[in-house]
Amino acid sequence: MIPGSFSYHRPSSVKEAVGLLASLGDDGRALAGGHSLIPMMKLRLATPANLVDLAGITELKGIRADGSDVVIGAMTTQYEVIGSDLLAAKVPILRETSLLIADPQVRYVGTLGGNVANGDPGNDMPAVMMCLGATYHVMGKAGDRRVAARDFYQGAYFTSLESGDVLTAVRIPVPAAGHGFAYEKLKRKIGDYATAAAAVVLTMSGGKVASCSIGLTNVAETPLWAEEAAKILTGSALDAATVKRAVAAAEAITAPASDARGPAQYRTKMAGVMLTRALARAKARARA
Amino acid sequence: MAKSQVSMKVNGKAVEELVEPRTLLIHFLREKLHLTGPHIGCETSHCGACTVDLDGKSVKSCTVFAVQANGADIRTIEGMANPDGTLHALQEGFREMHGLQCGFCTPGMITRAYRLLQENNNPTEEEIRFGIAGNLCRCTGYQNIVKAIQFAAAKLNGVPFQEAAE
Repeated sequence: MIPGSFSYHRPSSVKEAVGLLASLGDDGRALAGGHSLIPMMKLRLATPANLVDLAGITELKGIRADGSDVVIGAMTTQYEVIGSDLLAAKVPILRETSLLIADPQVRYVGTLGGNVANGDPGNDMPAVMMCLGATYHVMGKAGDRRVAARDFYQGAYFTSLESGDVLTAVRIPVPAAGHGFAYEKLKRKIGDYATAAAAVVLTMSGGKVASCSIGLTNVAETPLWAEEAAKILTGSALDAATVKRAVAAAEAITAPASDARGPAQYRTKMAGVMLTRALARAKARARA
Repeated sequence: MAKSQVSMKVNGKAVEELVEPRTLLIHFLREKLHLTGPHIGCETSHCGACTVDLDGKSVKSCTVFAVQANGADIRTIEGMANPDGTLHALQEGFREMHGLQCGFCTPGMITRAYRLLQENNNPTEEEIRFGIAGNLCRCTGYQNIVKAIQFAAAKLNGVPFQEAAE
């Protein structure tokens, strides 16, 4: 399998990349780790005339604390996310999620920015970012702007990115110290996309849920933020009856496709099972 | 399309070639450099037969363009043996432990295991299995592949290899 011909560009700054992509319009695609785009190009499902490789742009790399947030450069690889002591201490759900993505070779190269910007409903990080209330930094022709992860996804492979835009970083508000978290992913085998997956971040106070946020992966055209389910759980002790009601509310917003991973009804139920498990594990990890 | 000049170090040797941007690293290695150790298995980033070591990372060379590897330091199975020509501990382990049947996955397995042991010189069986999860053996000879890597780890650490009881 050989991709179609293209011209290769390797800018050294975001400004240069945005300028190139803006002038190329629909003939140009940004290349991050390439582990979604190159397979698509080999199948000729993507045939960009120009690739703008972001790998030479040092300002897109790195993980740093910024006040009460952490900011992760878009070209940071899953491998670097897994190895980050800062993230392990502040936002441990990212390591847990990264370890469930693809396989070791893919994680060395695949980037966080590519994972969240591609708009593939099978990608794991988007639902986690919705769960965490992350914001994406986007640089475009008209300058930079910030888009909430919860507003970013519009359809399968369809996001609020416009032609010429580059997602430069992901900004995550650090969850409260002592928070509980879990990412539960059902997959057929290592390397597979989720049949269904659920991300949970919660805080407990006096045995009750003080705050809760839930994201769901690959059970709709976009990742989902299960706001209603989280609302039902807030204030509860995560007793079985309340969890059941919340799971029903989460299942109600899913609209998965029937495909090789199972019929739609099954995948909806598996989203509920993943959520139930994620809640139990997050609760066990939470302090107080 | 205009060709691009790429230069990189492959198995310690500097190479310089003109390539089409669409040339995948696996095709560059096999067809330009005649390094046919890295294999083309699935061509869909799943099987790991094309795994090479690139700047200290295990990568699937079917999913990297040669132009992306410009300036990189690459090692393939051809560069795995010791400088004196004797087998690397991993190669010896695969031979001693019967770590291959048809042998198609072996170059990728060994190259991947090489990086795994660089990062973790004494992995548990579970860590080995998780670490080679991106490499498929269609003979399903995983049991002996894991043993081969344990053998190599023991040898590199200078301790006797103890096969776990079955």
